[in-house]
Amino acid sequence: MKRFIGFIKKEFYHIFRDRRSLFILFGMPIAQILLFGFAITNEINNVNIAILDHSKDASTEEIINKISASKYFTIKQMIAHEADIESTFKKGKIKAVLNFEKDFSKNLIADHNATIQIITDATDPNTANSITNYTNAILQNYQQEKNKGIQIEYQIIPQTRMVYNPELKSVFMFVPGVMTIILMLVSAMMTSISITREKELGTMEILLVSPLKPFQVIIGKVVPYIFLSVINAAVIVLLSIFIFKMPVQGSLFLLGLESVLFIITSLALGILISTIAATQQAAMMISLMGLMLPVILLSGFIFPISSMPVPLQIISNIIPAKWFIIIIKGIMLKGVGMAYIWKETLILIGMTLFFIGLSIKKYKIRLE
Amino acid sequence: MKTIGYIIQKEFKQIFRNKGMLPIIFILPILQLVILSNAATYEIKNIKFAYIDYDRTTTSRTLLEKFNASTYFDVLTNFPSQKIASSAMLTGEVDVVLEIPNNFERNLLKEKTAGLSISINAIDGAAAGVTSGYVNQIVQSFNKDVKMSIMNISKKTDQPVSIASIPSFWYNTTLDYKTFMVPGILVLLVTMITLFLSGMNIVREKEIGTLEQINVTPIRKSQFITGKLFPFWVIGIGLLTIGLILAKVIFNTPMLGSLILLYTYTSIYILVILGMGLLISNFTDTQQQAMFIAWFFVVIFILMSGLFTPIESMPKWAQIITEFNPIKYFVEVVRMVLLKGSGLGDILPQMLKTLLFAILMNLLAVWSYKKVN
Repeated sequence: MKRFIGFIKKEFYHIFRDRRSLFILFGMPIAQILLFGFAITNEINNVNIAILDHSKDASTEEIINKISASKYFTIKQMIAHEADIESTFKKGKIKAVLNFEKDFSKNLIADHNATIQIITDATDPNTANSITNYTNAILQNYQQEKNKGIQIEYQIIPQTRMVYNPELKSVFMFVPGVMTIILMLVSAMMTSISITREKELGTMEILLVSPLKPFQVIIGKVVPYIFLSVINAAVIVLLSIFIFKMPVQGSLFLLGLESVLFIITSLALGILISTIAATQQAAMMISLMGLMLPVILLSGFIFPISSMPVPLQIISNIIPAKWFIIIIKGIMLKGVGMAYIWKETLILIGMTLFFIGLSIKKYKIRLE
Repeated sequence: MKTIGYIIQKEFKQIFRNKGMLPIIFILPILQLVILSNAATYEIKNIKFAYIDYDRTTTSRTLLEKFNASTYFDVLTNFPSQKIASSAMLTGEVDVVLEIPNNFERNLLKEKTAGLSISINAIDGAAAGVTSGYVNQIVQSFNKDVKMSIMNISKKTDQPVSIASIPSFWYNTTLDYKTFMVPGILVLLVTMITLFLSGMNIVREKEIGTLEQINVTPIRKSQFITGKLFPFWVIGIGLLTIGLILAKVIFNTPMLGSLILLYTYTSIYILVILGMGLLISNFTDTQQQAMFIAWFFVVIFILMSGLFTPIESMPKWAQIITEFNPIKYFVEVVRMVLLKGSGLGDILPQMLKTLLFAILMNLLAVWSYKKVN
């Protein structure tokens, strides 16, 4: 036991002596969470658009003013001819052209009906869709003003309540996601690299012939990283509460426990990677190339899992990050307790045991 | 020239001798391109919809039928009470709960107006906005139906003005996300592979101690660096090629523009990434450090590239940061050239900035390389 503690101490020294790595380890998550919390949003704001006004009358002017006043759009230019649309799109400077028909006002007054064409650069389907929706909302609004005197009969007025996030802040989506990728990648990457490093440099052999048992060697290497990751997690949670005003509706203690569980899951995955990889290079490529994109794309961090094709929804179940994101959102935003997240918690525990079991098996083979 | 040739030959041999690395370099990215491109969609569908119908009349049933018929909603159960519905929303079984109050039909007929309450799980704010839009559309169209059936004749003078908007989606009429995402993800994979490989390469020799040996040989630094980096440049171009072929064959990604232009741009772009890799190698002592730094920048570059989230929506200061993000330019260029058929004139600004970055990055890298050693 004494020897084992001595070994853990040595590992701690090893990490803390390397100032540069330490700076990176603690600095990176802070820099990333700040940057992303403020910068990343999947809302549409200030989209550059152009106007093609064949009519140039009072109504079109009013509508154009409304559009330019909205936060969604910035009117970048006025286009004179239809032929110019293609070339402006190709330059990539504008995302949409609003095309008012000839005699817009006249049609609106005489026929009660006028037409506007919303041409979008739909290479980005999301933006194209949002532009169309927002423009329609502005047009609706304009029509309502015009129709003020007319009594509209028979109508159902829906009252919508946005539960858990009334202001629709996208930071509530991104903070849990970024926290998850940081914990997952840092923990998995750090352990896999530090263990393969010993293998590559040949010092692992020395450790294995020491009186320490192989599993003690592994635990000794992992413990300091648990410590580091817990601090990282705490910093991220504090930043999200104090800077991004994320609520913690549920128990902070439970959030802490779940975070430790997820850190251990990631570390276990790191250990497993280190048993497969022979060199640091291979370990890093597996943990970076193999984990980064799947974690970003399949965890529900940015893209909703329920909209994916069924096979991918099934695959997403093997991504530990998916479960952790559900847990964090549950505790922080919904304020649920264990009664609602026991299933996700059990899945993470199960995955951890699986990774550890598999690693132990692999290690035995290697040591024979 | 001959010396460089030998070094390149040696480096290639080293890469291809390493059987463990080959699948990681080629198969892993390709698998990801093929699989993950399907995951990247903002389209909101299969919304889990539940309702509480306190009214239980023909009108309320007709309204619910409309939701049932819509392709966006997966209509689940009729919940007996708000409490049970809320609990279902907590567990995540339900995303939208529509509550039809008592006397819904009566109010609509007598008072000519009726209320509905809708709760939407808004943790994903953007998705909630879209969901709310769908709900409103259905209610609006229901309103119209009611009006038509009750007041079948209306006086022309009282008719409200209406503006018809005709959406027209250019370049991607079916709003297919894969068309948009496949080229972007390909950019990521090319970038990550070349950056990680080059970033680790020289620092590895440093860590093992073989760099010292090379430094005492008569090889010039420039020859050494060129020899080291050239194979990664080839790998990057190779990946792009395989990726483009797969994009065409599997996803039928449009390729309207000039592929020569795309390759020219990519050749310059990879130089930026290789320069960065070299720079990282120079400023680190271990592969572990090198990877952390590479990872740090890659995550920032990815999330701030406009690949998944729009750049225009970022705050001004963040938009300024993205000006220095090479991935942003590559993503723009690949989408413009492939999907819109943009020509050299259109992508010239991106091309020039990338060229500038390539020159600066490599000058910096070569200069710092001499300093460190």
